[in-house]
Amino acid sequence: MAKGFDVRRLPGFASVALLTIALLYVPIVILVVFSFNDSISQSQWAGFSMRWYETAMNNATVRDVSIRSLWLAGVSAGFATVLATLAALGTTRVGRFPGQTMIYALINQPLMVPEIVTGIALLIVVAFVKVQTGYTGMGYMVLAHTAFCIPFAYLPIRARLETLDPNLEIAAADLYAGPVRAFWHITLPLLVPGIMAGFMLGFVTSLDTVVITEFVKSAGQETLPTYMLGQIRRSTTPEMNAVATLFLLLSLVFVTAFFLITRKRG
Amino acid sequence: MHSTRHGWKWLLSAPALVVLVLAASGPLLIVLVYSFLTPGNMGGVAWVPTGEAWFRVFFKRDLFEPDVITWNDANLMVLWRSVWLSLQTTVICAVLGFPTAWFIATRPPTNRPFWLFLITIPFWTNILIRTFAIQEMIRNNGTLNTLLDWLGLISAPLDLLFTDFAILLGMAYVFLPLMVLPLYAAMEKLDFRLVEAAYDLYASRRRALWHVILPMVKPGFIAGSILVFIPAIGSYVTPRVLGGGRTMMLGNLIALQFGQGRNWPLGAALSVMLLVIVTAALVLYLRTVSKESGGPRG
Repeated sequence: MAKGFDVRRLPGFASVALLTIALLYVPIVILVVFSFNDSISQSQWAGFSMRWYETAMNNATVRDVSIRSLWLAGVSAGFATVLATLAALGTTRVGRFPGQTMIYALINQPLMVPEIVTGIALLIVVAFVKVQTGYTGMGYMVLAHTAFCIPFAYLPIRARLETLDPNLEIAAADLYAGPVRAFWHITLPLLVPGIMAGFMLGFVTSLDTVVITEFVKSAGQETLPTYMLGQIRRSTTPEMNAVATLFLLLSLVFVTAFFLITRKRG
Repeated sequence: MHSTRHGWKWLLSAPALVVLVLAASGPLLIVLVYSFLTPGNMGGVAWVPTGEAWFRVFFKRDLFEPDVITWNDANLMVLWRSVWLSLQTTVICAVLGFPTAWFIATRPPTNRPFWLFLITIPFWTNILIRTFAIQEMIRNNGTLNTLLDWLGLISAPLDLLFTDFAILLGMAYVFLPLMVLPLYAAMEKLDFRLVEAAYDLYASRRRALWHVILPMVKPGFIAGSILVFIPAIGSYVTPRVLGGGRTMMLGNLIALQFGQGRNWPLGAALSVMLLVIVTAALVLYLRTVSKESGGPRG
């Protein structure tokens, strides 16, 4: 093969690729830049300022919905992680058993069904239960978010579990550890990175969920994404850019942490 | 095998399954039931079974002469727009995603995680925020129009927001990473010796691309297309923000029935239809995949 001829090179591909990757970031960068604009304009730069962040921080509604979102994400991801850990233990390294495909289908269902359909399905059920019981609390939201987060929490936990050496548990059993002790002292500590990754993925998923929340929420249960959805229909000020930037930063922290946890041992 | 010894183990998944049945699968069955009921006066339903909602998905009766039945163009138009925009989105993502994935797959192995991370960040960024970013950019006094005006290319701002084009742009932008990632996964496993062999046999670059590379990364294309098409056809946020209610997709039409429309059975029937489209796409995908892996090469 002649020198300088690279079979991996396809003419024009690199420029299209670099342009595409750049375009993925341009709108987000513009959004972030204008959150620091010292004017109400979102296209004319008027100097650097933190005033829109101040406005956002002093906005009681923004504070309120952010706290609710974080609380909801923490609680739902927590529940989802516990349930997903149990489910992963129940479905991984057990050989084939009847109904396995059904269980996988159930666990992965939230990934397949469009969110709008899940949303209105929950709306119908919640409306019915509300009339029957009179309960209008956050329980519906927690249940809906938990169910939606389960597949996201399940995947990394299961992946981690599959890499564990079953001989470790057999060794523990040989040393007279019962199944509970073996799980508690051997399996669980080894599973921790997977569980943490699962929790983070669940947390980000819940934090990002907007459509399901929109249809399940009762009055006064606005979350950060549904609040933003309501706001951006009008003509917005850079305050929304500031809120979006902070939101972006939070997701970024969790995603980076997720990567660091899963990569360390992979 | 210790499968018999741990026969009880699957019971550990029971709590998760209970939650999923309560908040995911169960409600879907109720949607199916609701699509055969009569709308209530104030939203909700009356428990009178009827096929009227399904009839109204496709047809409508004349206001004055109920025997005159015509196609329900409004609904069919939304249905057509949803399918058409989603297909276009898939094609745009494939055209831009292929070179991007190829570029990443041909970087030195140590650099690949960096480029992949660049694709993954937008993937994990809230769809709402990314849609908002597009909205800000293309609105009348947004950065795009300001830039075009500054360059002297336009004399009046382009009315991009609240059009089909805006939805298409938004969906392609939002779903692009879903195409790049599976394509990359397919290319990473590519045996470059086969490409080399093609060149050794005097294949031109174009022939090598069409007859060697593309057939080998086809599974990635199929997986990417399904990953883009399914969320695109079920879109709600992107057409709501960028279509502004002026131009709707199926998801918005469904939502409308549970809001101002106050026709829950019709909304339920439309939801079932959306599920049927998604399932059809998935079945088509699974059949193609099994044919690809089972059939002879080439």
